[in-house]
Amino acid sequence: MCLAIPSRIVQIEGSDATIDVAGVQRRTSLMLLEDAQVGDYVIVHAGFAIQKLDAQAALETLALLREAAAAADKDVPS
Amino acid sequence: MNESSRLFAEAFRDPALAQCLLRSIERRATRPMRLMEVCGTHTMAIFRHGIRALLPSNLTLLSGPGCPVCVTDTQEIDAFIALSQREDVIVATFGDLIRVPGSYTSLQKESAEGADVRVVYSAMDAVQLARERPDKTVVFLGVGFETTAPTIAAAVLAAREMGLANFCVYSAHKTVPAALSALMANPAVKIDGFLLPGHVSVIIGLNAYRDFFQAHGIPCVVGGFEPLDILQAVDLLVAQIDAGTPALANGYPRAVTADGNQRARAVLAQVFTACDARWRGLGPIPGSGLAIRPELARYDAAQRFQIAVVEMPPPKGCACGEILIGARTPPQCPLFRKRCTPMDPVGPCMVSSEGTCAAYYRYHDANGTG
Ligand code: SF4
Repeated sequence: MCLAIPSRIVQIEGSDATIDVAGVQRRTSLMLLEDAQVGDYVIVHAGFAIQKLDAQAALETLALLREAAAAADKDVPS
Repeated sequence: MNESSRLFAEAFRDPALAQCLLRSIERRATRPMRLMEVCGTHTMAIFRHGIRALLPSNLTLLSGPGCPVCVTDTQEIDAFIALSQREDVIVATFGDLIRVPGSYTSLQKESAEGADVRVVYSAMDAVQLARERPDKTVVFLGVGFETTAPTIAAAVLAAREMGLANFCVYSAHKTVPAALSALMANPAVKIDGFLLPGHVSVIIGLNAYRDFFQAHGIPCVVGGFEPLDILQAVDLLVAQIDAGTPALANGYPRAVTADGNQRARAVLAQVFTACDARWRGLGPIPGSGLAIRPELARYDAAQRFQIAVVEMPPPKGCACGEILIGARTPPQCPLFRKRCTPMDPVGPCMVSSEGTCAAYYRYHDANGTG
């Protein structure tokens, strides 16, 4: 039931939105989301957007992983 | 694919970084360690990416009670079926549920016999159906954890807003932290660390596990669903176990916050209140279910239709109960692949696309490991 694929909000109409899921357009409800904006990436579950994805946090996680990789193995490009 | 989409998904599939994480896991898994994931989507992702085969043999990944359809008790399935047999009712449900066998029959079989059972994608579709069919009462079967419950609560509030009198929900929802405590209390369960469910945590937030963590002091890491997310969470768990320093950690901060989705939690709390619930495999767990609040009783199918169901034993020979607590794996069930297949399932763990038996059936040979 969980769609783990990030979906992009392409249009907002009232409490509903059109989202793009890997190239396919679908409808989703925004009733469970605070201040959603066009362009936001969201997690969608059972027809509802349940969270906005945080780009800053994603970058920080990746930076951490790259740092650890670089420290562990100098051959691995960071 | 633009930059953001890459950042949220493809970047977390980088094979070089995955190799590094695997080496780190291997270095730290110096003794046998048992980790449990409590999310059907994790179970599927772990199989799909072939992660079990990549991990050192010291490490055992167990699938816990993370598939909502699988933990739904036979008694609840029988109640769903009894509802579908009423002339005045249309049952609306997510698809996975219809093939789950009850004591005598399934929703699918009842539907073939003439019961009106509709598969919907969202609880809002069921509200829409109720609008179109004023001659019937539409009963939505509420099965799911904290990820799903707010969507169903939102549908109840929408029905109230529309003044719809012919929509209600049969709530069999369950909540995850309560189940974790029940698992720890079960002597058959031996776990060194929990991979906590990503999307349940999106709603409830990291802090919702704080009491459980403080009570048991067991390593707990919330993980996402891409290969790097899962490997990172496993690496964090193995590091905690190795060093003997359990912590409650967030390995999925791009989606999970300390307090979760507050709007969704408020909607959930407006419609539901905690109640006792029976879990397949775990039995009754106090405070682990969600009942519709008394003031919204007209949206509560359990109140509207007094369905009496008799307690029945689980399907004969089915080991789902033990599989859901990680005490057995599907190949250890004598019916696995023989009498029980996805085409003709005996238990719910073989029916649901998130079920452990279904996952093993689909991927076990391909991965060559258990
Ligand atoms: S293989 Fe079938 S019978 Fe055995 S535990 Fe799984 S669902 Fe039950």
